[in-house]
Amino acid sequence: MTTEKFMTIPVSHFVVFSAILFLIGIYGILTRRNLITVLMAVELILNAVNINFIAFAHLSPFSAEVSQIFVLFIIALAAAEAVVGLAIVVALVRNRKTILTDEVNLMKW
Amino acid sequence: MLDKFVYIIFGLSILSAIGVVAFRNLFYSALSLVAALFLAAVLYICLQAEFIAIVQILVYIGAVMTLIIFAIMLTARINDKTIRASNQQRVVSLIALVVFGVFLVGQICKAQWPQVTGVNAMVPIGRLGELLVGHFVLPFEAISAILTVALIGAIVIARNK
Repeated sequence: MTTEKFMTIPVSHFVVFSAILFLIGIYGILTRRNLITVLMAVELILNAVNINFIAFAHLSPFSAEVSQIFVLFIIALAAAEAVVGLAIVVALVRNRKTILTDEVNLMKW
Repeated sequence: MLDKFVYIIFGLSILSAIGVVAFRNLFYSALSLVAALFLAAVLYICLQAEFIAIVQILVYIGAVMTLIIFAIMLTARINDKTIRASNQQRVVSLIALVVFGVFLVGQICKAQWPQVTGVNAMVPIGRLGELLVGHFVLPFEAISAILTVALIGAIVIARNK
């Protein structure tokens, strides 16, 4: 597969696509009641950002290296954040017996 | 022909992403996220970032999604039809995000993007290793510290007192 095959898709199409994924993820964070679905929407947002970075890799050889390094760090950070988030969910279920974001309102005024 | 393939992947990814936030069944939502992550890995292969595609499948799908599905099985009622899946902000946030999305996509299409020349974006894995311990050694050490702290913190938060 040669390099020229995918060069005909402009970068802006990839940016629009990752923006749409980002907005769907934000809708999931704002709307869903289940806490685990909110965490999955956050993973969707991070995935959209990764696609954006890799799409910019074609613009110069330096940006190819930097974008791949950046994406590695974002994947590692997303894994760490998912681990801590799910530990919080487990502790929440043990103490409050609920995973719904509406019912976790002890500190609400 | 390969352009159409990438556009098909775009469409399927957006459908999977909508599936993540729209399914009432929690397990279907998790499986839609697995599909979205896998389609992103396919996109990385199309964009000549094959190592990142393999890392995405191994780490994101293999570890993070397994962990999420574990947490779903342990803590949630998966298919309870009496619980509303979305809270009251559904309509307002949909309208707000559609308006913002139209504005954002408009601005993206109006901007001057640099032309994609025939740059070979293939980065050998050895070069990634050189960069990680060379130019990017500080973020590398920081991410190691973050992973250790996250591991210890997760155990502390979730343990049985």
